[in-house]
Amino acid sequence: MALLEINNIHVYYGAIHALKGISLKVEEGQIVALIGANGAGKTTTLRTISGLLHPKEGSILYHGEPLHEMKAQAIVKAGISQVPEGRRIFAPLTVMENLELGAFLRNDRDGIRNDLETIFQSFPRLKERTFQQAGTLSGGEQQMLAMGRALMSRPKVLLLDEPSMGLSPIFVQEIFHIIKRINEQGTTVLLVEQNARMALSIADYAYVLETGTISLEGTGAELASSEEVQKAYLGG
Amino acid sequence: MDSGLITQFIQQIINGVSLGSIYALIALGYTMVYGIMRLINFAHGDIYMLGAYVGFFVTTQLQLGFFPALICAMVAIGIAGVLIEKLVYKPLRASSKISILITAIGMSLFLEYTTMYFLTPQPRTFPPVLPNTIFHLGDVIISFQQLVILGSTVVLMLLLWYVVQYTKMGKAMRAVSYDTDAALLMGINVDHVISFTFALGSALAGAAGVLVGIYYNTIDPLMGIMPGLKAFIAAVLGGIGIIPGAMMGGIILGVVEALVSGFISSTFRDAAAFGILIVILLIKPTGLLGKNQTEKV
Ligand SMILES: Nc1ncnc2c1ncn2[C@@H]1O[C@H](COP(=O)(O)OP(=O)(O)OP(=O)(O)O)[C@@H](O)[C@H]1O
Ligand SMILES: [Mg+2]
Repeated sequence: MALLEINNIHVYYGAIHALKGISLKVEEGQIVALIGANGAGKTTTLRTISGLLHPKEGSILYHGEPLHEMKAQAIVKAGISQVPEGRRIFAPLTVMENLELGAFLRNDRDGIRNDLETIFQSFPRLKERTFQQAGTLSGGEQQMLAMGRALMSRPKVLLLDEPSMGLSPIFVQEIFHIIKRINEQGTTVLLVEQNARMALSIADYAYVLETGTISLEGTGAELASSEEVQKAYLGG
Repeated sequence: MDSGLITQFIQQIINGVSLGSIYALIALGYTMVYGIMRLINFAHGDIYMLGAYVGFFVTTQLQLGFFPALICAMVAIGIAGVLIEKLVYKPLRASSKISILITAIGMSLFLEYTTMYFLTPQPRTFPPVLPNTIFHLGDVIISFQQLVILGSTVVLMLLLWYVVQYTKMGKAMRAVSYDTDAALLMGINVDHVISFTFALGSALAGAAGVLVGIYYNTIDPLMGIMPGLKAFIAAVLGGIGIIPGAMMGGIILGVVEALVSGFISSTFRDAAAFGILIVILLIKPTGLLGKNQTEKV
């Protein structure tokens, strides 16, 4: 049994049929990538997993439990945390307050303090800006904050929605290093990316989403060498 | 310069700050609820009226003093606010803005006329729970009641500031107010945050009701309409959704009203208040502390 299993979900925005029966699996310890063009339904998929949207049909199982029947809060509590598209940090709040909110459901003071230390070690730039308003951070720093905030809930599964969006090439490299490191430390990762080359290079397994359906799947290496993917997503 | 004029000016500032601090207490509820739900709770002025009645009941029927009246009103009205939210606004959360607005107006009329039905439209006279002492500072007069109103408001605002700034629930409030979806992704229970916000805002309005009962001695079921509107203006003046803005807006409005009453005519007072609203909406629709469209708290 896979850790996270999406079975044939259909999601609508009013009359718009955004996900037309997609299925995918995330095994424990893996990095799974979900790539696709603008409007394919990647964000919709992650928002549905996190309980912000509800499938009209189909199921999402986590450890075999029906996630699609749970509230957003219960899903975070169960160990699934998301870094949303566009980072969505709380701009008027300080860096510290953003991180504290990431640990909203936790009550273990010592554990929280330790995790804060760990995050400041991984993201030293955040430590220097602990009491600064999050909205004043640079784009790359905001992405780090969004990741740190998501990690503060001690997730078993981390959902990342286009973490490289709008970042300079150096920052993109750094963010992908960090994703790999988070995964090596035992967190399962479901990564949505438009930067298919980078995503496939670190993914154990990957899916290609095309207007609401999965059109291709395979290991990261398989997809990276597939002709269709090369043409459509890797520019050659 | 004429020293009599200066004295009168200082006197009106003192009166204005006392009145304005009451507007500020009511405005805080408007602004916090708006910050969280984008809802103008037009029944908020009537929640304040209920607070005055709880204070009246506690001081007359239970023969208790000022502090018990204030505490009881805050607790009772805080609970009433949560009930109104749960029973009336929550079922409409997915509805259009206009249905919610109409419901809020309906709720306001409902509170006014049920109070009238059960407690009669007769104005009630608040018992003198505070001594009528008056202090003279030169020619300027400050009453003991004014000092109590100012002191209570300052303490309540400091408490609110502490809650919003330093407690977990306060941080959650600010998070929900800025970005509800992102707050959901943190595992924040938005329903609890909304209830908590209603409880806080209503409790402050309840306190304001008691303070006004003491200040003006008389209360009636329609007493919430004007201060409710004024507090709404104060909230818009400071920047709706912005907590320090509501405090500032309330004080400014109170001072302007007092100066207009003192130097022009008290009949012109309300016109001045609504004039301010129009000017603000024309010149800076986001209010004095409002930055831009996306900034919410
Ligand atoms: N709130 C919404 N209301 C209506 N339609 C929506 C909404 N959000 C997304 N859609 C539609 O659903 C489809 C999938 O959108 P989604 O945001 O999931 O795509 P995506 O793969 O994340 O795209 P991108 O790479 O641009 O982020 C699109 O056709 C989009 O127009
Ligand atoms: Mg997207």
